[in-house]
Amino acid sequence: MSDQPLVLGFETSCDETGIGLVRGSTLLSDALATSVAEHERFGGVVPEIASRAHLEAMVPTVHRALADAGVTLGDVDAVAVTAGPGLTGALLVGVAAAKAYALALDRPLYGVNHLAAHVAVDELEHGRLAEPSIAMLVSGGHSSLLLVPDLSQDVQPLGQTIDDAAGEAFDKVARVLGLPFPGGPYVDRAARDGDPASIAFPRGLTGQRDAPYDFSFSGLKTAVARWVEARERAGEPVPVPDVAAAFQEAVVDVLTAKAVRACRDHGVDHLVIGGGVAANSRLRALASERCAAAGIVLRTPSPRLCTDNGAMVAALGSRLVQAGVAPSDPSLGADSSMPIDVVSRAG
Amino acid sequence: MLVLALDTATPTLVVGLARWSAGVPAEVLAETAVESGNRHAELLTPAVRAVLADAGVGMAELGAVVTGLGPGPFTGLRVGIVTAAALADARGLPVVGVCSLDAVGTGARSVVTDARRKEVYWAGYDADGTRVAGPGVDRPEDAALSDPVVGDPGFAERLGRPVQAAAVTTAGLLRAAGPQLASGRPDPLVPLYLRRPDAVPPAARKAVSQRVAGQ
Ligand SMILES: [Zn+2]
Repeated sequence: MSDQPLVLGFETSCDETGIGLVRGSTLLSDALATSVAEHERFGGVVPEIASRAHLEAMVPTVHRALADAGVTLGDVDAVAVTAGPGLTGALLVGVAAAKAYALALDRPLYGVNHLAAHVAVDELEHGRLAEPSIAMLVSGGHSSLLLVPDLSQDVQPLGQTIDDAAGEAFDKVARVLGLPFPGGPYVDRAARDGDPASIAFPRGLTGQRDAPYDFSFSGLKTAVARWVEARERAGEPVPVPDVAAAFQEAVVDVLTAKAVRACRDHGVDHLVIGGGVAANSRLRALASERCAAAGIVLRTPSPRLCTDNGAMVAALGSRLVQAGVAPSDPSLGADSSMPIDVVSRAG
Repeated sequence: MLVLALDTATPTLVVGLARWSAGVPAEVLAETAVESGNRHAELLTPAVRAVLADAGVGMAELGAVVTGLGPGPFTGLRVGIVTAAALADARGLPVVGVCSLDAVGTGARSVVTDARRKEVYWAGYDADGTRVAGPGVDRPEDAALSDPVVGDPGFAERLGRPVQAAAVTTAGLLRAAGPQLASGRPDPLVPLYLRRPDAVPPAARKAVSQRVAGQ
């Protein structure tokens, strides 16, 4: 027997049906079903397709998570679910399922913020988060810089993307380069054989008067498309590895510079990077280089836990249970634009 | 056996508790119908809780769960189906899915409900109440209806015939679920979407002809 809570986490904010089980801060299982292949021909996630897939995958994925963890539903102490932000229809499948499990098991329910869960997942691998920390979350759906004085109840937004999310830029550039969806891993791979200095792509919002912690990737994406089209018009081959490397360098240069600046400006010496783009090898390398130079302790979850999953939701749920945060009301719903400073829907 | 029934295929969410045994009409012990619009996810589990409390029945006393499978607007529909599936799974109960239109009205009739986009979900039933046409989704004038028509009266004008107001009921859900409850081997839950997802692949962009190392 353990006195640490066993938390069942549900994540359905986008195209991954993630069910995770966490005891205290120990990861027991992390079952995933994805509809990514069904979205590929559309070049992006189709909400209705994702929502249908969540419904089909829900109960089987719960059972996969239970079997992997070697526990039963009766062992579960609390249920946590991503309440937002994300795609409304997709979120609702997870919220409804989690509410039903919580009701049938007579356990407390925690509707949590997806972004805070991306931070919490790091505790499964690297132990308790230093507080305050700066967190940078970069994925296909979000790009945010956060100040985290207390992950269970105080998360403050510093900046975010004003147009495309970082991962979205990867997807769009991949498409321009004829690489598959989702673009992140393919651009990363292609870039390994390219020269990041071969093309000078713009760094958005890095001027003196620009918002220091906001991001913009739309101009960069357009610059890449223009560069490639000009090559094609001239009948010249497009050096895919070089374009990928130069684009990727522009993204990770801005991300890491702003994250380090946020640490310095706030006198914080711990940085956590999460979200799908945090699996990018160049981002990880440059972040660790710059953090080392600035005396900042860098924490990044392993790539498997950077992308959306149920364990991150369970990890945050566990944190909330242990901090004594009030569970959510039974009338919990989904909030597609849940603000980042709302860690969980209490009361 | 005590059966929990629910449906979210229309803007009115329905939750009921009934005593069911094979061969006789179910006895509805408690029922609630909530005009919930698009707030099914918020209101459904509280409604389940309320119905159980109303009937003085605990979760542990349930013998089965019944859910409408639609047709209905997708997002709300899924809330009901996944809720039924999860409740049943958590309690180790069978879960039975039925066509939601089967639970609207009785006897020989056609049923129409709002499918949005100026269309209706519809089905037709013979004197025994057996579905003999549909379920379909069509413009009202294209639906194969025969009188009496029941369901959403808002379509009377477009149909040019009376539509008697009728909605999904607990008794209707139980009646439709009867054969599966009796067999003890319910069919898998397959939502009746009747429409494909709206999604159009983007125009193909010509691939850049360059081999990518490492692929
Ligand atoms: Zn995410």
